[in-house]
Amino acid sequence: MIILTDEPLDPVVVTDSVRGDGNGAVVTFLGTTRDNFGGKEVTRLEYEAYDVMAIKKLHEVRDTLRADYGIEDIAIAHRTGRVDVGHISLVVAVASPHRVQAFEACHEAVNRIKTIVPIWKKEWFADGSRWVACEDHEFADEAEHHHAHAERHAVVAGD
Amino acid sequence: MQFDVRLFALYRERAGASVVTVDLPDGASAGDLTAAVRADYPRLAPPEVRIVVAVNAEYADDDQLLQPGDEVCLIPPVSGGCR
Repeated sequence: MIILTDEPLDPVVVTDSVRGDGNGAVVTFLGTTRDNFGGKEVTRLEYEAYDVMAIKKLHEVRDTLRADYGIEDIAIAHRTGRVDVGHISLVVAVASPHRVQAFEACHEAVNRIKTIVPIWKKEWFADGSRWVACEDHEFADEAEHHHAHAERHAVVAGD
Repeated sequence: MQFDVRLFALYRERAGASVVTVDLPDGASAGDLTAAVRADYPRLAPPEVRIVVAVNAEYADDDQLLQPGDEVCLIPPVSGGCR
């Protein structure tokens, strides 16, 4: 099961899709919206995907994990659109005969998803937003502005 | 060759458009394409940062040659969170 959707994710459905009588272990990872980043309150996340390529790359993640870990039963579901605090943006479920492979393959699945799948995450704060992982794209003049902003915050926090 | 280049996320916002059109000579590469888009949109990314291109929904090296009709997209840094 590979899902890319703007609808809420059901981790039970994704988990059940990998269960089987030959498996003694099922590991399910949930990625959820955290309410803070760098000391600032996060109000929501927004995910944008290049749909065709994202689905292709999610399949590629699953297929390479199958080959690398000798595990057949892997399911991935990823949200697009707005995901509020506490809600689920990613479900990865892995089932295997023994638990060690399931834990390792699940962890590696999440790492590979975050590396190669073209889905972008935007954090929204009360006073603005930022695209995650795009720090290297800041222009020098923007960086100076952000530093000045951060210092003003630090002064306020120190009061 | 004319290409409708799709932009996502940070690039889409900075260009103020989901699709931008560029004209390139025959034999142009993915790197030529990013150079052409950057010439029109200098605030897309700082000069020292490489812009990643996807051709037909697959990551492309800068020296990959483009064919008429290729679907080309610019791919900002990908990450769903902390590694």
